[in-house]
Amino acid sequence: MSELLSRGVFRLMSCPSIEGAAAIVGAKEGEGPLGALFDQVHEDSYLGQDTWEKAESQLQTQAVQTALKKSGHKPDEIGLLFAGDLLNQCIGSSYGLRELQIPFYGLYGACSTMGEGLGLAALFTDSGLIRRAAAVTSSHFCSAERQFRYPLEYGGVRPPSAQWTVTGAGAVVVGPSGKPPYLKGVATGMIQDLGVTDINNMGAAMAPAAADTIRRYLEATQTQPSDYDRIITGDLGAVGSELLLDLLGREQIDLSAQHDDCGLLIFNREEQDVHAGGSGCGCSASVLCAHILNEIQSGRWNEVLFIPTGALMSTVSVQQGESIPGIAHLVHLSSKRWPQPEQE
Amino acid sequence: MNITQAEYGELAKKASPNTKSYKTIPSAFVVGGGICVIGQLLFALYRDLGLNEDSATTLVSISLIALSAILTGLGVFDNIAKFAGAGTLVPITGFANAVVSPALEFKSEGFVLGLGAKMFLIAGPVIVYGTLASILYGIILWIIRLF
Repeated sequence: MSELLSRGVFRLMSCPSIEGAAAIVGAKEGEGPLGALFDQVHEDSYLGQDTWEKAESQLQTQAVQTALKKSGHKPDEIGLLFAGDLLNQCIGSSYGLRELQIPFYGLYGACSTMGEGLGLAALFTDSGLIRRAAAVTSSHFCSAERQFRYPLEYGGVRPPSAQWTVTGAGAVVVGPSGKPPYLKGVATGMIQDLGVTDINNMGAAMAPAAADTIRRYLEATQTQPSDYDRIITGDLGAVGSELLLDLLGREQIDLSAQHDDCGLLIFNREEQDVHAGGSGCGCSASVLCAHILNEIQSGRWNEVLFIPTGALMSTVSVQQGESIPGIAHLVHLSSKRWPQPEQE
Repeated sequence: MNITQAEYGELAKKASPNTKSYKTIPSAFVVGGGICVIGQLLFALYRDLGLNEDSATTLVSISLIALSAILTGLGVFDNIAKFAGAGTLVPITGFANAVVSPALEFKSEGFVLGLGAKMFLIAGPVIVYGTLASILYGIILWIIRLF
């Protein structure tokens, strides 16, 4: 059963396991520093489909199928499926997952969706209501560009603070296998808005949300950053990461030794010309599934906080001059369980 | 959060890197200037072929528009633009690219609601306000000529 530590912060007493995970990505991500770790790298940005939206759905289908295969379970053994993406009305998920016939919750948390989905999957399995859940998210550079920015062949130039949407999907299966990596805690993000209006500076818009969620989790669990091997945010990029450290520094929390960011891990920023780093739902999801979980499984890292970050604006709100609200959901991953009470 | 919006705005501005103008301005100048040189050469060529000045000027514009439309279609234009910045954006080439790129992109939504409707997504405002400005200009000119 889960224990409520403070508002929106939960300790998962049964420590559900991640039984299987998969990351499917595009060519550019395959050329990045984590390239060899992904389950599949697609050279064709269309994945054999005729539109980029269908390609993105395909990424989700393949990610879930691969994660299920690796966990050794079939779709009908999954009690709930949590999924989301960046496309309007989350069509990446609903079209990509319709054949699976798993009870489905479509989520929108922008690029924080993996934190939201994984957190809910963990809470539902920990509660004992269901035995096994899955979470998946995706993003696709081409489908995101045309929805949020300009056509691909348009010769506009991005400012240095802009980020590059990751083409990729990550899926996890959460269940009671009793093997690491374990899920030990969840913190639900609160919407934070410090008035950033620049659509090309999402890192700055999301950093306050990440700072707030991390601070709340540390406070509720009475832990320090040094109690963790890594504290990894979703896609703050270079600008947002600097701001996060600055914001928490003002609260006497020093994250500099433990902090990393999926948006900075997935690409070689200079060589791959991605400006401030990677972004998108697929960014944190694919880095989680290909890299973070492996490091925990191998025992190199023991305690990890994973905090996907999302910018909750739409093209309409931005055009109307509204500022960009941010959100960040935290999941505490570990190679060890909480000390378990003696079995009777 | 223990910080005001104004304070955070300052912080965010400081953390965000600026465009490297020492690199982007010269490359925009070279490419933009290069396009003008190509235009001038084409003009000389068309004059040599016996066209009068008016026709030659029109044909230069048409040629540059066609060239950038073709380069957009081949997927080359955005790579040049990445280096050139405003160097390809400002001349007539940028306008052609702004029309062709959404036409290509939104083909997947069909020829009417996709290609047809979205073709002027970027260039539309330029046409609307360009037309308005020319009307305004015409009115002013008309008033001046009354006196």
